[in-house]
Amino acid sequence: MKVYLDNNATTKIAPEVVTEMMPYLTEIYGNPSSMHDFGVPVSEALNVARRRVQNFIGAAKDSEIIFTACATESDNTAIYSALQAYPERKEIITSAVEHPAILQVCAFLEEHGYVIHRVPVDSHGRLDMDFYKSRLSDRVALVSIMWANNETGTVFPVPELARLAHEKGILFHTDAVQAIGKLKVDVKNLDIDMLSFSGHKIHAPKGVGVLYVKYGTRFRNFMRGGHQERGRRAGTENVASIVALGKACELSGQHIDYMQTEVARLRDKLQNGLLKQIPKSFVTGDVENRTANTCNIAFEYIEGESILLLLNQCGIAASSGSACTSGSLEPSHVMMAMKIPYTAAHGTVRFSLSRYTTEEEIDYVLEKVPALIAKLREMSPYWKTLPAEETSGDAAPSFNPVFKGKK
Amino acid sequence: MWEYSDKVKDHFFNPRNAKVLDDANAVGDVGSIVCGDALRLMLKVNPETEVIEDAGFQTFGCGSAIASSSALTEMIIGKTLKEAEKITNQQIADYLDGLPPEKMHCSVMGREALDAAIANFRGEEVKEGHVDSPLVCKCFGVDEAKIVKTVKENNLKTLQDVINYTKAGGACGSCHEKIEKILQKVLSGGYDNCEEHELRMKDYPGNRPAAAEIASAANTDHPLWQPVYVLLEQIRPNLQADGGDIELLHVENDHIDVRLSGHCDGCMMREMTVSFIANLIKERLGVEVLINPVGAQEANPDSFNR
Repeated sequence: MKVYLDNNATTKIAPEVVTEMMPYLTEIYGNPSSMHDFGVPVSEALNVARRRVQNFIGAAKDSEIIFTACATESDNTAIYSALQAYPERKEIITSAVEHPAILQVCAFLEEHGYVIHRVPVDSHGRLDMDFYKSRLSDRVALVSIMWANNETGTVFPVPELARLAHEKGILFHTDAVQAIGKLKVDVKNLDIDMLSFSGHKIHAPKGVGVLYVKYGTRFRNFMRGGHQERGRRAGTENVASIVALGKACELSGQHIDYMQTEVARLRDKLQNGLLKQIPKSFVTGDVENRTANTCNIAFEYIEGESILLLLNQCGIAASSGSACTSGSLEPSHVMMAMKIPYTAAHGTVRFSLSRYTTEEEIDYVLEKVPALIAKLREMSPYWKTLPAEETSGDAAPSFNPVFKGKK
Repeated sequence: MWEYSDKVKDHFFNPRNAKVLDDANAVGDVGSIVCGDALRLMLKVNPETEVIEDAGFQTFGCGSAIASSSALTEMIIGKTLKEAEKITNQQIADYLDGLPPEKMHCSVMGREALDAAIANFRGEEVKEGHVDSPLVCKCFGVDEAKIVKTVKENNLKTLQDVINYTKAGGACGSCHEKIEKILQKVLSGGYDNCEEHELRMKDYPGNRPAAAEIASAANTDHPLWQPVYVLLEQIRPNLQADGGDIELLHVENDHIDVRLSGHCDGCMMREMTVSFIANLIKERLGVEVLINPVGAQEANPDSFNR
């Protein structure tokens, strides 16, 4: 059995989406900027897609939708646009747990003299609101805070964050990649100036993203060299993928209730089933405020890559915040920001479901995972040196070679 | 996902000797839960013949860490300690038909566990590599000695190689410049006079008199004091240019106490500086002396001012 529980990484393309986009990969190939009969239907298809996206996120106007190549491009565009639109403002507020598409841009800007305020999170991944409020000032060009965290699913109070930013006259951007399709989004009634998301997380293909820019927001181009997207994003449109994204948004909008009820039920079944069967495991992130499809579970005293390899052998796909799976050699910055103890930070596994996940799949995972975890723990010196009664206590393991890392 | 060889997969999915050896008489613990991998190697060594009769391991880590541990136990069972000592991390990797470059540090960990277990059997104290050597990578606690040793043994050429083999520089990246400088120096032969045993810190404390044992006063009336002092003054500007310094403390006919500081006080720099000065004194003054270096962090100022 093959079970795909890595939908926060990417999703399968919905069959209806494939059907919708195919003509634009075959017969309908004109350039939407051309005025002849080859170009016109393509241009019309873009308009349909744009309106579908508009409806999906509740934008006031279809002209507020800019198609990009990915959410990373949308994020980069939002940050650089704000800095160029407000050149006298040299500060950015973001969170400690953003996606690298935000964090690495901020780190780069920091090297070039900008001041970056990274709002910390508590052990459940919740934002430090006092810190956030204390950093709002007229020196800040942009607040960029994600709507939902990719690793834990933790949802941030973006409507309130945006309102607070606007009270101080600061632009607000949100990376909504993990929120879109899982939360009801209605940007016209919110203080969000810019919002990024991508197609491949909601059953459209990879290589297409959206940047929503509220009407009236000062905007500066990231990509120059053409009049496309009303001159705000140069480059010939990725037509087939944009068409696909439009369809995917329409379908996603129809499935939000299903996501919040049925997918959430399956997620809870998976989570509770695993926690019940496996000692020394816990859920990371804010359990009360999570996207419906995500659960991130830390299995103590074992390492994530080993878990993934064994899961993969059983046909189960998930992902891990462990160092070894990323190549970065340190556990994920999200786990570090939440101060998840090292005994667990290397052993976190993210299970992310989709509307295609079935009950049978969850039952299969619940049947397989406990034995895998037990196998690895049998091999772990930390686990094996725990006192027998320790499977429920908190004492430190006695295996403790010389401490090498940072405290 | 990493591209693991079939042999790595086999050793991960079906690890050999993943067990606790209750009658082990040689145990080596390396790594830490902070770094994300740790290994306890347990050996049953015949005290008469020093043959490794059985080996077991417990590993916390990724697929290749477990596979490397498993391979190591297969490689050493039946060997004498002397034979096992010669196994390099590269041989562990070769045994597994290679490891991805990012995972070479797993084989290094196996090698270190073997060192630790053998030291444990012989009743030697295992000194962690970084105790005396300047710490280069703070994230993973990798010191200069370890980087130099790994670069030499594996013939590494690039910063990325060093990251892959030692983890140094694999996290925040702030030490990349330092690593590049060390690499540059190794490649240009800067550490060539440093034998492996000199890089291994466990040999150091014995070479190094404790501050209290050092003759307390500067004996300027000794016939060698003045010529040695003049000589050291001549080389000081060069040392200072490299961020180090030297100070003459005490002179005897057969040994000279000096205080090294700054860069000269690093593990390998200390050895190099010491042998350089000894040679210089022999060459210029015609006397063979032993140079006793005293690190700044160890030299208690009070003992010199008495």
